[in-house]
Amino acid sequence: MASDSTNDAFVVFDRVQKSYDGETLVVKDLNLSLPKGEFLTMLGPSGSGKTTCLMMLAGFETATHGEILLDGKPINNIPPHKRGIGMVFQNYALFPHMTVAENLAFPLEVRKMGKSEREAKVKRALDMVQMGEFGGRRPAQLSGGQQQRIALARALVFEPELVLMDEPLGALDKQLREHMQFEITSIAHNLGITTVYVTHDQTEALTMSDRVAVFEDGRIQQLAPPDELYEAPQNSFVAQFIGENNTLEGVVETISNGECTVRVADGSLIDAKPVNVTKPGEKTLISIRPERVEMGKSRLHPDAHTLKAEVLEFIYMGDIFRTRLRVAGRDDFVIKTRNAPDQKRLKPGEQIEIGWLAEDARALDA
Amino acid sequence: MSDATTADTAKNPSRPEAVLAADGTPLKKSLNRALRRQKIRALMLIAPLLLFVLISFVAPIGDMLFRSVENQIVSETLPRTVVALKEWDEASGEPPSEQVYQALYRDMFISVERKEHTRVGQRLNYETTGISSLFRKSGRKMDDIAEPYEDLILDVDKGWKTPERWATLYDSAGTSLPAFTSAYEAFVETMTEDGKDPATTKPWEMFYSELYDDIATGDAAGYNGPLSAELAAVTNAVQGFAAPSFADAFTEIEEDWADHEVWGTIKVYAPRFTPGYFLTSIDMQLGPDGIEAQPEEKQIYITLFKRTLIMSLVITGSCILLGYPVAWLLANLPMRVSNLLMILVLLPFWTSLLVRTSAWKVLLQQQGVINDLLVWIGLISDEGRLVMINNATGTIIAMTHILLPFMILPLYSVMQTIPPTYLRAAKSLGATNWTAFWRVYFPQSVPGIGAGSILVFILSIGYYITPEIVGGTKGVFISNRIAYHISSSLNWGLAAALGSILLAVVLLLYWAYDKIVGIDNVKLG
Repeated sequence: MASDSTNDAFVVFDRVQKSYDGETLVVKDLNLSLPKGEFLTMLGPSGSGKTTCLMMLAGFETATHGEILLDGKPINNIPPHKRGIGMVFQNYALFPHMTVAENLAFPLEVRKMGKSEREAKVKRALDMVQMGEFGGRRPAQLSGGQQQRIALARALVFEPELVLMDEPLGALDKQLREHMQFEITSIAHNLGITTVYVTHDQTEALTMSDRVAVFEDGRIQQLAPPDELYEAPQNSFVAQFIGENNTLEGVVETISNGECTVRVADGSLIDAKPVNVTKPGEKTLISIRPERVEMGKSRLHPDAHTLKAEVLEFIYMGDIFRTRLRVAGRDDFVIKTRNAPDQKRLKPGEQIEIGWLAEDARALDA
Repeated sequence: MSDATTADTAKNPSRPEAVLAADGTPLKKSLNRALRRQKIRALMLIAPLLLFVLISFVAPIGDMLFRSVENQIVSETLPRTVVALKEWDEASGEPPSEQVYQALYRDMFISVERKEHTRVGQRLNYETTGISSLFRKSGRKMDDIAEPYEDLILDVDKGWKTPERWATLYDSAGTSLPAFTSAYEAFVETMTEDGKDPATTKPWEMFYSELYDDIATGDAAGYNGPLSAELAAVTNAVQGFAAPSFADAFTEIEEDWADHEVWGTIKVYAPRFTPGYFLTSIDMQLGPDGIEAQPEEKQIYITLFKRTLIMSLVITGSCILLGYPVAWLLANLPMRVSNLLMILVLLPFWTSLLVRTSAWKVLLQQQGVINDLLVWIGLISDEGRLVMINNATGTIIAMTHILLPFMILPLYSVMQTIPPTYLRAAKSLGATNWTAFWRVYFPQSVPGIGAGSILVFILSIGYYITPEIVGGTKGVFISNRIAYHISSSLNWGLAAALGSILLAVVLLLYWAYDKIVGIDNVKLG
């Protein structure tokens, strides 16, 4: 399957390794390929190797081992300025001594483009990010969001087929960030360019991307579309890193037909879907999303196992209620319920019974 | 309409709309009162330094600069001569009239007694060589000029030898003996300054000539004091006396007194203020017909100014060339390495300037380390040893080395603020390493170059020790000449004028720099 996608892939990382000091690997055996036009996000905590991967792709770092292919050609020995990759930097890196228009004209000038063509392209790029009026200003005279748009326009003005973005929205406030998320994705899709986007913000990753690569410890832990990543995490790191998540430790009791039962710490049995477990007796971490936990048996399978829980805290959050429970000896079990007219508002100390559909509880590696 | 109302209110605070503080006083006044304490405290904090700078720096420098135009010594030491010379026209080519010589005799006699004649001679010697010795030699002979009159009067009455006689004469003279009165007043003043009693000190020989003059002009006839009889006796003796000419007397002492050029110099430098020092500083002089060029062999200052400026520019340029890469390394290497490098850059600051300059002497001289090395590896022959010291090359090499930290430090502090992402961004946009540097990095480092250049240039334009030691004759700066005039020739006026011009040049360059680059673009740290 990997070799199939390699053939028509636009960007390929083939067994790439990177070490800075010759002792530890920052990137361990990275294999990744993305087709033309895809919006791929590299998501991970800091130090997970995602920015290093981006820098290797841009040409500012060289791979210690392995090969990076762009449009079928190896680029390991091509200097950054010949790769033709657009890049948006974390702090925009707009040249402070040039006006906005000069900043945008810079990549065209170094490509020896004629003046009239240059001006037309700059104007089009500025219009694209709705900054047509600001060509004569200096970057310092612009707000953060405006600088962000200019940086985007500058990375796109020379019409690269691949654009890299290194946490471009990190410095913006929440509202502006959400707006720019939408704007960046729509521009990227309209132009049909391939985008590699680096962030540590999972919301950003989920809302913007076609696919997300979750990085940890120099490896891709899971590469999947956002919904799959959220609903079907492949391991406990991904499950905990993406979204809110309840975990229960336990041992597999029975396993058959894509369902298993797990005995948790207090001795009770629960149903789960085996993902990383294969045989009874294995230790496992059960991952359940807070919104998939059911109270009351009405919506569960008649034979479904349930757990006893004690309400510790009830938080009213407007659209939802957030309730913290003590379950199987853990007191960080959280459930989320919709603020519906018939929804019961629980009180601390109340004893309830909770359960879930077997496919919502994923038995992952311990 | 509403705008007009607001403007009106602002102009007229006494109207009820004026903003008032809680206690009813106008807010502005209240605010000022509140801020006054802060201002006073701030002033108190800087007061010690301010006073120190004012007393030990600004005032002496102001005084020094004032000396560049001050010229009171001539008119104060030779007041009568200066007045008498007004009638004389130098263009005639003739020496001045007898009156001028007489006035000179009076001024000279008094200034010799006050020991001031050598100073004015030295002052005029700056303008015309030889006047100093003329004054010094003539000073010793003033008694000789007075001698005939002394003999004449003492032959009549030995009583004129006593100080009391002259004191009595002065007390009773009224307005009848103007020449003598003037001389006696100068005598009293001089004696008082020396702490002697004029009534008991030996009288000046000049009194005899002045008394003779009063009698000869007939002024003495108006005298009717207690010494009328004695005066009458002298008057009788004077009748048959042929007074010698002052002009002849002076010419006899020293022939140059007949030279109209000497007199021209005295006349030109008579005013209390003179542009003479400044003119000398730019190789001009004040002639009888106005401003003219100095004779060619005396034209040195313009050359020196030009050399100072050009060599300072060369030094600044080589500091930029050598310092820029070092500053770049400092700003971009890892902290541990760059700290070590920084210590190496700062090391020269901890070594005495004199030691460093002398070290260059050892390295650069013809039998020095560098030449030996070049001969040894066969790059030059033993006869063809390079001359690298006691000339402009030596000055440039040594001063570039000494001033380099002043270029590196501002450059470094500016470069440190340029994030490396700019270069990456430029490269990602398609720029080669060189284009990225030249179009993106370099323009942002220009403020550092500006600050470093201003520092290095202004420091080197006034540098003294290094050119003095390694500069020889071809590598010295204008400051060496200033130092010479301050400490050796003692021509402080000229030194002040040269210094003022140097200061003006620096200010002018600073102004030009501000106009072209903008002083806001300079970052010193």
